[in-house]
Amino acid sequence: MALSGIQIFKLLPNTNCKKCGFATCLAFAMRVAAKNVEAEACPDLSDEAKEVLGAASVPPISQLEIKSGTEKVKVGEELVMFRHEKKFFNKAAYAVCVKDTEDISAVTEKINLVKAFNYERAGEVLKFDLIAVKCESGKPEVFREVLKFVRETVSFPIILMSAEPEIIRAGLDVLTGEKPLIFSANNYNWEEMTVIAKTAGAPLVLTCENGLESLAELADKVKKSGYENIVLDPASASPAKMLEDYTLIRRFALEKSFKTLGHPTISYIKNDNSFIKSVISTCKYASIIVFDDLKDWERLPLLTLRQNIFTDPQKPLQVDPGIYSVGEPDENSPVFVTTNFSLTYFILSTEIEGAGYSGHLVATDAEGLSVLTAWSAGKFSGEIVGKFMQRIDIASRVSHKNVIIPGYVAVISGELEDSLPGWKVMVGPPEASDLSSYLKEFWN
Amino acid sequence: MQLSKPLKNWSGKIRSVTIGMNGNSIQAGGDDTLPFHHFEGTLAHKPVIAFEVQDVFPEKWPETVKTPWKDCLKDPVEWAKTAVEEFQAEMICINLIGTHPDRENISAEESVELVKNISSAVKVPLIIKGPGLSEKQNDVLNKCGAALSGKGCILSSAETDDYKTITATCQAYGHTLVAESPIDVNIAKQLNILVSDMEFPMDKVLIDPMTGSLGYGLEYTYSVMERIRLQALAGDSMLQMPFICYVGQETWRVKEVKVTETEQPLWGDIEKRGIDWEAATAITVLLAGANILVMRHPDAVNKVRKCINEFRKRN
Repeated sequence: MALSGIQIFKLLPNTNCKKCGFATCLAFAMRVAAKNVEAEACPDLSDEAKEVLGAASVPPISQLEIKSGTEKVKVGEELVMFRHEKKFFNKAAYAVCVKDTEDISAVTEKINLVKAFNYERAGEVLKFDLIAVKCESGKPEVFREVLKFVRETVSFPIILMSAEPEIIRAGLDVLTGEKPLIFSANNYNWEEMTVIAKTAGAPLVLTCENGLESLAELADKVKKSGYENIVLDPASASPAKMLEDYTLIRRFALEKSFKTLGHPTISYIKNDNSFIKSVISTCKYASIIVFDDLKDWERLPLLTLRQNIFTDPQKPLQVDPGIYSVGEPDENSPVFVTTNFSLTYFILSTEIEGAGYSGHLVATDAEGLSVLTAWSAGKFSGEIVGKFMQRIDIASRVSHKNVIIPGYVAVISGELEDSLPGWKVMVGPPEASDLSSYLKEFWN
Repeated sequence: MQLSKPLKNWSGKIRSVTIGMNGNSIQAGGDDTLPFHHFEGTLAHKPVIAFEVQDVFPEKWPETVKTPWKDCLKDPVEWAKTAVEEFQAEMICINLIGTHPDRENISAEESVELVKNISSAVKVPLIIKGPGLSEKQNDVLNKCGAALSGKGCILSSAETDDYKTITATCQAYGHTLVAESPIDVNIAKQLNILVSDMEFPMDKVLIDPMTGSLGYGLEYTYSVMERIRLQALAGDSMLQMPFICYVGQETWRVKEVKVTETEQPLWGDIEKRGIDWEAATAITVLLAGANILVMRHPDAVNKVRKCINEFRKRN
């Protein structure tokens, strides 16, 4: 957990010797807290202070990578309980599960669907991250064959699912040079599993169904045996328990600096209430989610939810600047101009369609700011908008010369008409929700 | 290993709001902890789901959300009865969208007839939602509020630049007020202060934080609700009102519930996708603290009910 300036100050010798280059110890402490300078710049730091400062600089939740030959997925290193406090750092990794007892055509179909799902939304490609291969046959040779087939078909990093060390060894043999996630070690097999994971340098899930105290005991044993590359699985049975377990694990790590539980978490979604559990895991703190039986129609809602939750609240989602077709516009359709803030874009396009119109939607390059913010920052002036519309050659799309601007920036009309000779600027309503009545009145 | 769990003990608590009349009333809110945190606090009243009924045929609703209602959508009274009798609605939201001058411009008098008819046809508490246009809304809500005097309805909604008339209506006829703010903690608080300055009882106010659908601003709603709830639990009495979220109207107009499987084969079944879109939006706002949800598709409602019931179990 990061220390405040005052907490750091208390660890300093308080001699104001200036050897660090700052006038006082307090001034130095403030700069250390702001991460502008290393604490080691103080030559008289006590060993105790070094230890405290060192521990504080370790992230409260570790980060780890799951790798195939060409791709890697990072999870962990979260710093907050609520996304508005800063942001959620690494988005929850989504894994689709195949089983070695399924016949090869079913496996092929599942994998091809996962591979094909690649949907661009608000400047981000929505896709799955991992394939989990689960051994249900109990036979290493069967597992090995299915795994080989999966590896030949996709390049996604892999999760090896079995509690049998022998099966995991067979899996690792197939995936030479990779760092798949091993899922998982438990109270009975942990010693052998830890040795296997350590040898392969692969991250290891620790599963314990008997509550967080037992899970912490297991983690403690594995860590004391010298392996830290771990993921926690409380195997919560119900949605209520799931919310409790994952919330408390994160609080232990962030608020109590309890290193034993300071690791990424995994949620294996199976059986009852799977959709409900998927939503909860995405919002509330699973670092990796394995879907046992994801339905076709669940893919888009869940991937969209994950995009929403893991967006940086300080950095709005953007769409690429340009002209977008809403509905099926032709040369007589209205032209709307707004910024490339994705929410503005989505709302406006939904309202245009909802009003029963097609249109050309121009999203200017306003660095993803909303209309009023962009205007006050000078990124949505009449001149900038006019130049942008010329650059993208809006005139080639329509036979009229009318452009509808958001009502809140009526003030740019004159300047916009000056920079787009021959065009008439129409001031739309301030809120997109009033677009329907506006169009009825002002657009035939 | 003995662990002392990092549990929270908050000084503040969400108010309990009672909706409906004696014998047929429902309570919402009352928690003294974060949403569904049964492990560290008291969960008072279960979140409530209201079905939305419109005063005009919902032409623009996608077929997938019209289908389960069969023929009753043309008659709002039948629609409300179906919601209660067939789909076990705990509450009905009468959306008087047809009173908008750009729509059918239904008069306030006609609306009064409708809400009275629904009120005698079903026993559950009612939400009366105006068309959102100041002058007309005040007229419609005032007359409907008077006609349902003493029935303890919810009237929706007041905004900072137009709150006095509707607040006075709620005060005069004993209704609960929805205070709507545009995804903004400060405006939500300011409006509650304005309403309390009129000496309106604070245990008759709901916050509408403005709901964005999944994919269309849900994350803004989610975070503003979490911030309001944290501030409320920390003791800010002007934010301790339960939330009402209009989930259905936001989800059933987005592109993702309208595109067919033929157009986008990887998106899967259009109806089930729409149901999950509404359910995912609802569950997400529940996790951020929603107390009353207004929804449309019976299957989405079932899914969300199941979720609420699961959350109420301890393990």
